[in-house]
Amino acid sequence: MNAIEFTLLVWVASFLAGLLGALTGLGGAAILVPVLTLWFHVHIHYAAGAALVSVIATSSGAAAAYVKEGYTNIRIGMFLEIATTIGAVIGAYLATKTPVEGIAIILAVVLLYSGYVSGRSQPEHPVGVRPDPLAGVLRMHGSYPTPEGPRSYLVSSVSKGFGLMFGAGTLSGLLGIGSGAVKVLALDQAMKLPFKVSTTTSNFMIGVTAAASAGVYLRRGYIDPSLAMPVMLGVVAGSFLGAKLLARAKTQWLRRVFAVVIITMALELIFNALTGRL
Amino acid sequence: MSFNWTDEKTEHVIGNLLRAGVLISAFVVLAGGIYYLAQHGTGHKDYHEFHGQPQYLCTVSGVVASALKHDSHGIIQVGLLLLVLTPIARVFFSAISFGLEKDFTYVAVSLIVLAVLIYGLLGS
Repeated sequence: MNAIEFTLLVWVASFLAGLLGALTGLGGAAILVPVLTLWFHVHIHYAAGAALVSVIATSSGAAAAYVKEGYTNIRIGMFLEIATTIGAVIGAYLATKTPVEGIAIILAVVLLYSGYVSGRSQPEHPVGVRPDPLAGVLRMHGSYPTPEGPRSYLVSSVSKGFGLMFGAGTLSGLLGIGSGAVKVLALDQAMKLPFKVSTTTSNFMIGVTAAASAGVYLRRGYIDPSLAMPVMLGVVAGSFLGAKLLARAKTQWLRRVFAVVIITMALELIFNALTGRL
Repeated sequence: MSFNWTDEKTEHVIGNLLRAGVLISAFVVLAGGIYYLAQHGTGHKDYHEFHGQPQYLCTVSGVVASALKHDSHGIIQVGLLLLVLTPIARVFFSAISFGLEKDFTYVAVSLIVLAVLIYGLLGS
């Protein structure tokens, strides 16, 4: 396979990952790392480097739309980015010390968790939230648009959310993914944000988190331009189309399919790691 | 000037900034990619073994210098750097807009995030 053929195939795979990622809200990068390592025999460090830069592109592209719609809570996002960016820099350094098999197995666990999360249904608006006084001091309580007009919400457990976000950032830096599933866990399970606020705020933070580890990846030579080029362009085109189709697509069905794909990939990663085939 | 007005204005500017950053960087990456394939398209490259990158592709200054010398890898890498700079610019802009709102707690929060990002990009 010459470079043109390789580039085109990687572009197509990345396009599909970006498309499915946007349609299911799970992000394409988590699946790109296993696709590149298992199907294209790319070293996991190069795969993580290419996926990481495309995470920045999809997060920024989608955030551009969400921020304007008024769902994103910029204060919460900004505050928690202290935790995610510090975690991301540490995670990126850990990636250089962790054996490839270890990275693959941690990635597989995160994929399994993401697949599990995507199968659950979420309540739109949590009830009986006990507000955290710290959230008041930090002016985090907010409101978001609904068809019946703006609806306000209260924010709970800021320090627990901050701790979980540090973990999400570390995983993002270690694996080259957005770790949106862990971020959403912190935002809607711990801090009790409404579903739309937590997903859009999580997405808003993903790009900044990935940018924190990208510098470390660049200096360690993880970002190969000839590989990152088709990955980034494919993911951007795919997620752009996905965002356009989102209103018409049957996302419930797609999420189930994507969950199955993710779980299969995770098991294959574990198998290859344990049998030394990476 | 009401509080809400500033917040909405901020959200609009941030939205446009993010979109512009992604489009410009995708364009640079595409241009570098076409150039790369024109030069090396019939060759074969293996990504299975990890060798890192040549030193000039591992620093911001090296990447910019190689792109100015019309190196296709350097041009792609400049596009990717522009992408990395997009969220960093966003945080910088947030610091300014919180300052305009006189919300100094969040100016400090934004500046801490900005410092971590710059440390990540440039290293110690």
